[in-house]
Amino acid sequence: MKNIITIFNREFRSYFSSPIAYIVIGLFLVLTGVFFYLLTSSFLQYSANLQWQAARMRQAVPPMNVNQMIIRPLFSNISVITLFVVPMITMRTFSDEKKSGTLELLLTSPVTTTQIVLGKFFASFSLYVIMALLTWVYPMVIIIFGNPDVPPIGVAYIGIIGMGAASIGIGLWISSMTENQIISAMGTFVILLFLWLVGWFSNFTSGAFSDFFKYLSIIEHFNDFSKGIFDTGHLMYYVSLSGMTLFLAHQSIESLRWRS
Amino acid sequence: MIEINNLTKRYGDFLAVDDISFNVEKGKILGFLGPNGAGKTTTMRIITGFMPPSEGNVTISGYDVLDEPLLTKNKIGYLPETPPLYLDMTVSEYLNFAGLLKQVPNQKINAAVDNACSKVDINDVKNKVIKALSKGYKQRVGLAQAIIHDPEVLILDEPTIGLDPIQIREVRDLIKSLAGNHTIVLSTHILPEVDMTCDEVVIIKKGKIIAQDTPKNLSKKMNKSSLEEIFIDLISESGLEKK
Repeated sequence: MKNIITIFNREFRSYFSSPIAYIVIGLFLVLTGVFFYLLTSSFLQYSANLQWQAARMRQAVPPMNVNQMIIRPLFSNISVITLFVVPMITMRTFSDEKKSGTLELLLTSPVTTTQIVLGKFFASFSLYVIMALLTWVYPMVIIIFGNPDVPPIGVAYIGIIGMGAASIGIGLWISSMTENQIISAMGTFVILLFLWLVGWFSNFTSGAFSDFFKYLSIIEHFNDFSKGIFDTGHLMYYVSLSGMTLFLAHQSIESLRWRS
Repeated sequence: MIEINNLTKRYGDFLAVDDISFNVEKGKILGFLGPNGAGKTTTMRIITGFMPPSEGNVTISGYDVLDEPLLTKNKIGYLPETPPLYLDMTVSEYLNFAGLLKQVPNQKINAAVDNACSKVDINDVKNKVIKALSKGYKQRVGLAQAIIHDPEVLILDEPTIGLDPIQIREVRDLIKSLAGNHTIVLSTHILPEVDMTCDEVVIIKKGKIIAQDTPKNLSKKMNKSSLEEIFIDLISESGLEKK
């Protein structure tokens, strides 16, 4: 445990001693902020339209659902943006150490490969969680100026965080296989994009294949979370995907010793 | 202290280390010589547990490096050919991290960092970012990292590379002062250095040991005045044939 904390501390601090953390978080907040602004504006426009129509027809204004019109699409957008940001968080984790030779320090120290992988995972994951939770401002604005259902917002965050754990696992695994940061980032991005798009295949296939593709899709599993539906099955998907990728990262680092 | 038995390492078809065996006794300094590509770094990497051997085994005070990796790694301080430095950390942050990684307890870590810094004389750059240091300082930070947990065994892969003559002398004195409590294996290209510091010399070529003795005996045996002549004689093809 102490070893994991040691590695975690170094890794986590290194995000902030380089511009990476600031750029990644800044970029993420700008993009999500733009989406929040657009969604809120169109909601306001639509509600103004409805009010005007209702006044003209001398009817009561029909109820509008903030959760459905702002919060759900907002979290869908956030989940998509994370696919672009996660590769930037994980690209250097192992690649940089391989290139600069510091991996030799880690592997000749009395720590296990599992401890190294977990330390790094928790560091990247913490940065991700901080980044994701900084978006609390957006639902807060809705809560102050509207009256949304609050529990679905919490559920959506659980989904965002679960999805992040799985994506970061993938990123670590890819990073452990190359000493080139660009390849690491691109590889992670391509795999995440594939896991995102694979849901579409289910529309063009049928039966077991359709279910399989749907199950594989990282975004399909998020849809229920964004609706505010908490389903442990979806959470299990994220947990097992992170577990599997961390295992693969572990094996890839171990194989480095045996192969070279 | 260090026992190396019939060590062989293959990279695919290439034989990097070919059935070498030697022992290093406690408190002794062993100089590991050979031309580039002779298998010095590979051997050192196997001793430190960075990579496993294809055949043979290495034991550190009786423990096999493959069977008890955590135990033996704790006993070893290792300076690789390129010092494993995190360039964006300060020297003290880095040594702090290295110390914790080598299982120095939390309450002793500051003392250990101070101690290592004064031993390699880098107190004046302690709070500088490693990126900004000169090559000589980087090398010394790497050395500090290797001795931070006061290991029984020191494996130094070309410790004086990139240093100026004064620093070379300082590091040489440091290595000498560390012997006794520590068992040291060092590889180098600078032959007078071996003459001055090492108790025993192992010369390898193409993965095979071609000479192993004390520097003094070696010069007596070969009837040569300096180690350099012996080395060149042994390494060149003709020298090997004559033997």
